[in-house]
Amino acid sequence: MKRIIIAALLGFSSTVFAGAEMLQKECASCHNMTGPTAQTLKDAFGKKGPDLFYAGNKYRQEWLVSWLQKPESIRPTGVYYGNHIKPGPKGDEIDTATLTNHIALSKGDATAVAAELMKMKPHDDLIAKEKIEPNLISKQMGEMTFNKFLGCMACHLIEPEYGGFSGPELYTAAKRLQPQYMASFIRSPQAWEPKSWMPNKHLSDVNIQKVVRYLELLSEESANAN
Amino acid sequence: MPTKYLLVILLSGIALQAQAKESAADNYKAYCVQCHGMKGDGNGVNIRDMSVIPRDHTDAKAMSARSDETLFKAIKEGGPSIDKSILMPPWGDTLSDEEITDLVKHLRTLCKCSFGS
Repeated sequence: MKRIIIAALLGFSSTVFAGAEMLQKECASCHNMTGPTAQTLKDAFGKKGPDLFYAGNKYRQEWLVSWLQKPESIRPTGVYYGNHIKPGPKGDEIDTATLTNHIALSKGDATAVAAELMKMKPHDDLIAKEKIEPNLISKQMGEMTFNKFLGCMACHLIEPEYGGFSGPELYTAAKRLQPQYMASFIRSPQAWEPKSWMPNKHLSDVNIQKVVRYLELLSEESANAN
Repeated sequence: MPTKYLLVILLSGIALQAQAKESAADNYKAYCVQCHGMKGDGNGVNIRDMSVIPRDHTDAKAMSARSDETLFKAIKEGGPSIDKSILMPPWGDTLSDEEITDLVKHLRTLCKCSFGS
């Protein structure tokens, strides 16, 4: 029995080590793993992947494990859209040739990496300020707030074939992101990243709740399953 | 020079860098191009499904009909502040007033126009 426990412990520690090692070796070549976030546009323009040093405040662990095994594009024009657009006959187009695929990990590696990422929580203070109230907003009401009053679709795909391209797709946002993170980022994108492409639209608390709930409704739709 | 003075100088350099003003060209590239386009003609990568097409900043006639104050307000407080589209968001938390003033000047170089000209 003792031997089994030792073997199990060794297995566990090597998995953790593998996760931590992978973060430093592989992930750090494209992602900011240590912070702080970009303070100048020059640095923001050079980003290859989203900042991960606050991954534990941002992502849902189960989504990380699954996405890392089968990574699919979330940002139609990459992290900084300006690096992935080109002039076309009818206006600017996505320059797909410049977009690269994320590497896929094995189940074991994905689990180990996700576990390490979830430990990275330097913004617990921002998360603690958000409280998600259970509310029963209808999809129609959410859609009104989202499109007519806020105009989120200008930059984000809110359905697989509807919306803008410079921001990450939103119809899968609630699958990927923790609700408090969504609320906090909407409240002040600049508190997370001063050079964020996302503007602060000064939403009221009520509207923040509505938008987070609407994002959850969008992600629950089977048509938007990813 | 004692080490602590060196440290003070280094740290104040970092603090200054963090607050440094960005150029209007870079701010335009970062925040405006996504909708107003690489050429500034309103044909940005985002416009496919928009109900209102972004302003063509190279259109001297339309741009000269707007004062610098109106352009400043539209950038800082968003489209609805000048009775225009919600799709133009407020950039007041992203850009300083000085950067917005520079952006207005940048718009005037794009349209090659001034108010009332």
